[in-house]
Amino acid sequence: MTRDEIKSAVLRALGEIAPEADPSGIDPQVNFRDQIDIDSVDFLNFIIGLHKRLDIDIAEADYPQLATLDGCVEYLAAKAQRPAK
Amino acid sequence: MSIFVMPKLGADMSEGKLIAWRRSVGDAVTRGEIIADVETDKADIEVEVFTSGVIEKLLVHPGEMVPIGTPMAIIHEEGKPLEAVVMKESPPPEQPAQPSPVVTAPVQTTRAVERLRISPAAKNLAKEIGIDPASVTGTGPGGRITREDIERAAKAKAPAAETITDRQADKQSRMRQAIAAAMARSKREIPHYYLSTSIDMSHAMTWLAEENLRRPVEDRLLYGVLLIKAVALALREAPELNSLWSDGKVVQQSAIHVGVAISLRGGGLIAPALHNTDQQSLDQLMKNFLDLVRRARAGTLRGSEVSDPTITVTSLGEMGVETVFGIIYPPQTAIVGFGKVAQRPWVVEGQVVARPVMQASLSADHRVTDGHKGGLFLATVDRLLQKPESL
Repeated sequence: MTRDEIKSAVLRALGEIAPEADPSGIDPQVNFRDQIDIDSVDFLNFIIGLHKRLDIDIAEADYPQLATLDGCVEYLAAKAQRPAK
Repeated sequence: MSIFVMPKLGADMSEGKLIAWRRSVGDAVTRGEIIADVETDKADIEVEVFTSGVIEKLLVHPGEMVPIGTPMAIIHEEGKPLEAVVMKESPPPEQPAQPSPVVTAPVQTTRAVERLRISPAAKNLAKEIGIDPASVTGTGPGGRITREDIERAAKAKAPAAETITDRQADKQSRMRQAIAAAMARSKREIPHYYLSTSIDMSHAMTWLAEENLRRPVEDRLLYGVLLIKAVALALREAPELNSLWSDGKVVQQSAIHVGVAISLRGGGLIAPALHNTDQQSLDQLMKNFLDLVRRARAGTLRGSEVSDPTITVTSLGEMGVETVFGIIYPPQTAIVGFGKVAQRPWVVEGQVVARPVMQASLSADHRVTDGHKGGLFLATVDRLLQKPESL
């Protein structure tokens, strides 16, 4: 999976929880929560969405690494290279 | 025979608009089944029927706005003889739900309410963008209206974008008015008292982290669910707080239906009930909570969920709020607020240590309870949160 594919999967998962967000307007280095109105329920649904799309296990302790678009791509790209069990 | 009336879906509701009937004349319905979609100032609600039987007549047509208590359908209960039904034209708004039929004038003849053949996806889309499905020609199998038909109709409707914005703006302003009415009434009528306490959340957070480590992502719990359950169990020990104020007197409720405040995208909030909260496991509560949030935001809450809460829980910690000073939602008599969980200095056995600490607050109706009872309740919530495994 390329980084571009991962990025578009992240944006699609984000679009599902916050349909009003404009994907092109998201600053990749800024925390999602500072740009989009999302709460812990939305964030959990976002993680579930990523898990379903990419089939990657995401530990709760790693959630802080997924707080930005760049962080998501970084984390998921690393995980995708080492497929989970 | 019984009359299905426009229900009162919340303290602030005086009238509702029938969006659609889910059942037609001649259909059998069972208690608890969704019979109609109703639009209120705050949300679109799926309304359940509270008797079982066969629909004899539909008295209100989709699109009609009627006051609460207005007879909407006649249901013939099985095993009971048919009666000649006569009823009032349209009761004044001040006269709420009259379940027994009042006989004065002959019944109006009902226009046949035709059921639209429309896919659920198309129906949702139509509702979302404000297209009346009845005005759309279906091109699907058997003339069924599809998503594409709705999209085409939306495009054909020239200044569609403007209409949608107007509709949303209108919904927004009605939502604000509904909240304003309920909150103004609360502040006018309810003598609030406010209590707050600091709760050490280290046991709860540690237990939760360990629990979630073992769980696949779909089954993980949010700490908010522990708070909701702790409130529900604490109410068993302080049932006076689980009361409604009705017609100048307090009515203690036997069932514990915790309402959870959910903020809606684009503004406003709604606080539907998690039914029998104290009897649900954390897993069930989590599942039902996620479902409730999803449906609150999609506009598919059920009537009982919006009219049943016996107390409200509001959690604003995620916004960085330290302490919530809640306003009671009438006819409820208490609201519990939770602030953020943050590392704070905490004294344990004479030593200052860093602990995750949260402010829990209670706003309660002084006509119903006193600070002593409220204090005991908050202490119980604290005690329960120290044993998260027992929740």
